[in-house]
Amino acid sequence: MTSNDIAKQESARGETAAMLPPVDVVEDDSGITLYADLPGVPKDKLNVRVEADALTIEAEVSLPLAQGMEASYAEVQLPRYRRTFTLGQELDSDKAVAEFRNGVLRLHIPKAAHARPRRIEVQVG
Amino acid sequence: MFQTLFPGDLFAELDRMQRQMRQFTGPMTSIRGFGRSTYPALNVGGTPDSVEIYAFAPGLDPTTIVATIERGVLTLSGERRTELPVSDDARVRLDERFAGRFSRAVSLPDDADPDHVTANYADGVLHVSVKRRESAQRRRITID
Repeated sequence: MTSNDIAKQESARGETAAMLPPVDVVEDDSGITLYADLPGVPKDKLNVRVEADALTIEAEVSLPLAQGMEASYAEVQLPRYRRTFTLGQELDSDKAVAEFRNGVLRLHIPKAAHARPRRIEVQVG
Repeated sequence: MFQTLFPGDLFAELDRMQRQMRQFTGPMTSIRGFGRSTYPALNVGGTPDSVEIYAFAPGLDPTTIVATIERGVLTLSGERRTELPVSDDARVRLDERFAGRFSRAVSLPDDADPDHVTANYADGVLHVSVKRRESAQRRRITID
């Protein structure tokens, strides 16, 4: 799928332009931990959801703008972030734990018990 | 045009596009540096009586941010430590977030008053407000 197709799909769904937040993702035996930078987002404007196998992070920026301010220079131009990740079957998103502090989201999704690495005893008989 | 976060004007938008083009095409960058992944990202705005600087600096302990004004230049510096683990059984799948020391500078207008500055860190954004000198503010002259 080209980026053009994606843009078309997004506009068909009525989605507005959004920034792509940078993330770190770490995997260990217990599960996956995701860190996302979402500066300027108050807690009540953060929306993390899992639908089918897709994890979507959506958040709105809310800044205390001074009365009558005019911008002279802006590197952050859009008022929202959005990013979607596909999850594997082995992740148990029902047990995901999220915390949000100082504009950083930390989301831990444990692996389903059956998917954790197991040591197989080898019987020598 | 996109709906913008910051009340901008067309010239600011053109300026941004031009700057972005320059970043990708040429060696002409600001003397104070302007990398592709700048941390923290800066927005600057002004009102008739103040200059407002917003630094998008998520994941910092606000007590470790150093903000100074010297000769009309506001400098923000500090360090963001990596949260990536060092243990052997953890695998890093994506590594996009900034980590390390940072320093960014903004030239303030001539009428900015370094003695009247407030700074506040909330939701990962450092907001610095610098008052303009009263002598430089617009005032109505009474006519006798």
